[in-house]
Amino acid sequence: MRYSSLFFLYITGGLVLLVLLLVHASFSESARQPVLEEKAALVKMLKLTDLCLFTEARYTRNLSQADLGTAFQDHPMSLEHFPSGSFTQPPESIRKFP
Amino acid sequence: MRQWIEKQRYIIDFTISSLLRRKVKNFGLLALYTLIVFMLASTMFFTYSIKKEASLILKDTPEIIVQKIVAGRHDLFPVSYIDTLKKIRGVAAVESRLWGYYYDGLVSANYTLLVPPANGDTSGKSRPSAKTTVVVSESGGQQADKSKPLFELGGAVLEPGTLITGNGIARLRDIGKDDYMPFRAFDGSVLNLRIAGALSSQSELVSSDLLLITAEDFRKLFGIDNRYVTDVTVAVNNPSEVEMVASKIRKALPEARPISRVEILRTYDSIFNWRGGMMIVIFSAAVLAFVIFAWDKASGLSAGERREIGILKAVGWETSDVIQMKFWEGAVVSLTAFFTGVILAYVHVFFTGSIVFEPALKGWSSLYPNFELTPFVNLEQLTTLFFLTVVPYTVATIVPIWRAATIDPDSAMRFTGE
Repeated sequence: MRYSSLFFLYITGGLVLLVLLLVHASFSESARQPVLEEKAALVKMLKLTDLCLFTEARYTRNLSQADLGTAFQDHPMSLEHFPSGSFTQPPESIRKFP
Repeated sequence: MRQWIEKQRYIIDFTISSLLRRKVKNFGLLALYTLIVFMLASTMFFTYSIKKEASLILKDTPEIIVQKIVAGRHDLFPVSYIDTLKKIRGVAAVESRLWGYYYDGLVSANYTLLVPPANGDTSGKSRPSAKTTVVVSESGGQQADKSKPLFELGGAVLEPGTLITGNGIARLRDIGKDDYMPFRAFDGSVLNLRIAGALSSQSELVSSDLLLITAEDFRKLFGIDNRYVTDVTVAVNNPSEVEMVASKIRKALPEARPISRVEILRTYDSIFNWRGGMMIVIFSAAVLAFVIFAWDKASGLSAGERREIGILKAVGWETSDVIQMKFWEGAVVSLTAFFTGVILAYVHVFFTGSIVFEPALKGWSSLYPNFELTPFVNLEQLTTLFFLTVVPYTVATIVPIWRAATIDPDSAMRFTGE
């Protein structure tokens, strides 16, 4: 088989697979709707405020509830040092504190 | 047209043969390029999906949370402050919350202990009436009817001496219904609580480390008396007045910090932001790799490539043919890397639970939720990715070729040594 035929076969295959993945994403989105609603209901019932993504420190567990002492949680020169801190930003509310 | 297509096919045949002549270099380049696309696509799929999921899950989080701040730190909220909040115009309901953290030395994990609100309404239909009504839950110090269970969740009844665990804790400690969990209280005494049930595994993204206990046990465990709660939630009559009510709360209670639902949602909108530490490392590594690719191409061709162009021109190739060949070279490498990288990234994020990112996401925590992300992927993301990866490389391949393709074949062939 010619190289050009192989190349176009690969690109067509990739394109078809990408379209199939988009279809999969669309179907999964609808199929997982009840699960998303269950989570939203739990958040509403228990009055939760945050996702349980990082449990290593109190201010990363409840990101939106973090206080102003976060950066100096252990002692005045102890800056934030948990790995998950590198994925997150300070909560919006801290920047608005008077 | 047919002739043009056939010509392009011959050029592609020649280009791929030429690429295969330098197997090690070109396969290495392809592997690195695929890896960059894979990392970028995985990051894009993961961050977009988690942000979208957060916005859907947290849409019914309390309208306003009011904390008390002392010396920049979160402090216990006096129940007496609730009266002040009641008097604020526009407030529909005030409810207290009791929650805190417990470090379990046995498994080196932090748990979030939470007292469920007295009214476990999940219907979402019962919005407080327009006039101000104040609801103070059992956790706020009001006496509850002792004969009734305080909380019921999926058949698990929460009573004093019992708790409901998040699925992550049950998995980590290998415990289940009717097992006992010991806690060391603030005064050193041991509190043994029976597990009445576990929260569903489907909800781990919000409940993996949760322990639901009664207010009585919570106060016994942490030594918090009835005059204090952790914070309070405020429901507002008119959702458009949330900011106004929050500013009134700040005025009435200067040491209070109101956190609105919008701020909570914005916090999760900025999580995994490209300016965040780890994200900027990934993005700058990708940008740097592209700069190196472009530099390699722009800084000129190797002697072998230059001689190849010279020979092609000597046997009759036009300058435009040489440029077309280099265009196809860029397209073959970048399109192959793009399709492979994107497909692998989708499988990685939505079928393997982001296994590559997992160690970084876990950080130092020993309790990490097992969650399956909903694939929120659309054509816009794929188009962005395409223009970020394929176009720069293809352009970087063509531009320097223009210079090389216009040189005299004789001088190109005389140039020796690679």
